[in-house]
Amino acid sequence: MLKNALIAAGVTTALLSAGPALAAEKKTIAVSIPAADHGWTAGVVYHANAAAKEINKAFPGIEVIVKTSPSASAQVSAIEDLSATRKLDALVILPHTSEELTTPVKAIKDKGSFITVVDRGLNDPKIQDLYVAGDNIAVGYNTAKFLVEKMGGKGNLVVLRGIPTVIDDERIKGFQDGIAGTQLKILDIQYANWNSDEAFKLMQDYLAKYPQIDAVWANDDDMLLGVLEAIKQSGRKEIKFALGGNGMKEIIEKVKAGDAVTPVETPYPPSMIKTAIYLTAAHFAGHAPVRGSLKLDAPLITKENADEYYFPDSPF
Amino acid sequence: MADLAAAPPRASHGWSIGWGDAGPFLALAALVLIGFLINPDFLSANNIANVVTRSAFIAIIAIGATFVIASGGLDLSVGSMAAFITGVTILFMNWAAPSVGTAAIPLGMAVALVTGLACGLLNGTIVTLGRIEPFIATLGTMGIFRALITYMTDGGTVAIDRSLREAYRPVYFGDVLGVPIPILVSLAVALIAAYVLYRTRYGRRCVAVGANEDVARYSGISVARVRTLAFVIQGACVAIAAICYVPRLGAATPTTGVLWELQVITAVVIGGTALRGGRGRVWGTVAGAVILEFIANLMVLSDFVSEYLVAAVQGVIIIIAMLIQRMSKR
Repeated sequence: MLKNALIAAGVTTALLSAGPALAAEKKTIAVSIPAADHGWTAGVVYHANAAAKEINKAFPGIEVIVKTSPSASAQVSAIEDLSATRKLDALVILPHTSEELTTPVKAIKDKGSFITVVDRGLNDPKIQDLYVAGDNIAVGYNTAKFLVEKMGGKGNLVVLRGIPTVIDDERIKGFQDGIAGTQLKILDIQYANWNSDEAFKLMQDYLAKYPQIDAVWANDDDMLLGVLEAIKQSGRKEIKFALGGNGMKEIIEKVKAGDAVTPVETPYPPSMIKTAIYLTAAHFAGHAPVRGSLKLDAPLITKENADEYYFPDSPF
Repeated sequence: MADLAAAPPRASHGWSIGWGDAGPFLALAALVLIGFLINPDFLSANNIANVVTRSAFIAIIAIGATFVIASGGLDLSVGSMAAFITGVTILFMNWAAPSVGTAAIPLGMAVALVTGLACGLLNGTIVTLGRIEPFIATLGTMGIFRALITYMTDGGTVAIDRSLREAYRPVYFGDVLGVPIPILVSLAVALIAAYVLYRTRYGRRCVAVGANEDVARYSGISVARVRTLAFVIQGACVAIAAICYVPRLGAATPTTGVLWELQVITAVVIGGTALRGGRGRVWGTVAGAVILEFIANLMVLSDFVSEYLVAAVQGVIIIIAMLIQRMSKR
């Protein structure tokens, strides 16, 4: 956290000295995100609020307001209300769904706001001025490559997938591409809905069904927690790796501690909302060109770089 | 699991199951047989122990729901309530651990029970004093409990203190003479519940109120009191389930217990309790909970269902189980 604050302070001074002339008129950046209903969105809310606090303090000329919405229709109402009551110079949005939010966001764009879209793209990419997202395919692909390398290209795997969505499909596709052509074999793949309890049950069933499992991949860390508990209870020792994805702090702690079964992690960090808010602020305060797309990598998190992805105060 | 079917003593009148009530046990036996034919691993001691242990939460909560439903009520809030109680219990234990050490665990269990009783009383009084349909009243508290757990966890996870983790673990993972503790707990809860429902005046009143509210009122039964008490029993059962649940994953999240209410209601109805009230079957409910968990287990152990179609097949099996249950009554 201290490290982050230092980075933030550094960026701040740089940006401040770059654009003092723009400070005269106060710019409003509205941030619209889903309400915290599970680990990942809780992380988004945490990082959005942190960014708002830091930027409001650092740049007197910018005001960041954060609104959370529990559903797509609530999010549509929220951004309509925001734009009706004040002039929005920019909107940073992590849409609940692409379909429902596209038209309302376009309406705000037409009023002259700078639009930053995060994570889930809108149906019409021409609406966005800036797009920030993670790489779901890389989450699966990099995990697969790690397993291929460490297991010498052969072994029996079981996979737990989340809720049927594009995010889940991309991760699974990346993983399947990563092991293609090797002798790593996926014995079974089932949905556990990104839920610890369901993952616990599913892993118990996998263990009952298959006498030899060399590695497990749960495509999300909530599920990995359930998987680890089921393995521990079974007392089975042949499982060399149990990996997750997303960057939950409990799992990063394992990586930092050099855990043998979970030595690496792939990030799909909720902190990407912070990246997006800072870049949007740079557009106003720094007079820095930021239009374009930014795809955050999903490099393997290892013991060496784990600190970069570790947020002890975040709920996720 | 077949031994569960034989477990309830049939000697005395009030406890007897009778052939008319054997439906859920026949469905369970059929499922076990099919499971064995599909994959012999299904009957391995390990798998059976896992699955029955897992069904304990739903079974314990569903036993409470048997009272609520038999008395003509309905409680949709049980899943959220379980998550809420889990959260309160963990936060209390973490708070108490530095000063009292592992004594925080029994204290936390007491807190869980008190919280459960209070939640049940809340539901009961809203329904009876407030005269609000149970469906709507508990839909409201379902949202309230869910929001409270989300608030307590900041939308993330609240995990139990590391110092308590190992000491508490046996409550879910431990066993007595080879029988996992959650199974023993649910059997104990079922025994007490069967006694209360079949052998006490309260149990008979509960069923009478569910069968015909007006007749019950004219015969001098305080309908409101009977119904409220049923919700309180439900709250206590949810608390007991939560106490067994905490050590499993050692954490509460906003997604804990999501949709448990539907599993609970399904278990109760498969077990032979009438959804409109007036008939309660405690042992049938337990069998219903085990059936549901076996179906999910079978989906993973069998190879011929695509991962995309699992839910559909589960739905079909539940309907078939209900039909077996119905036909056995004729």
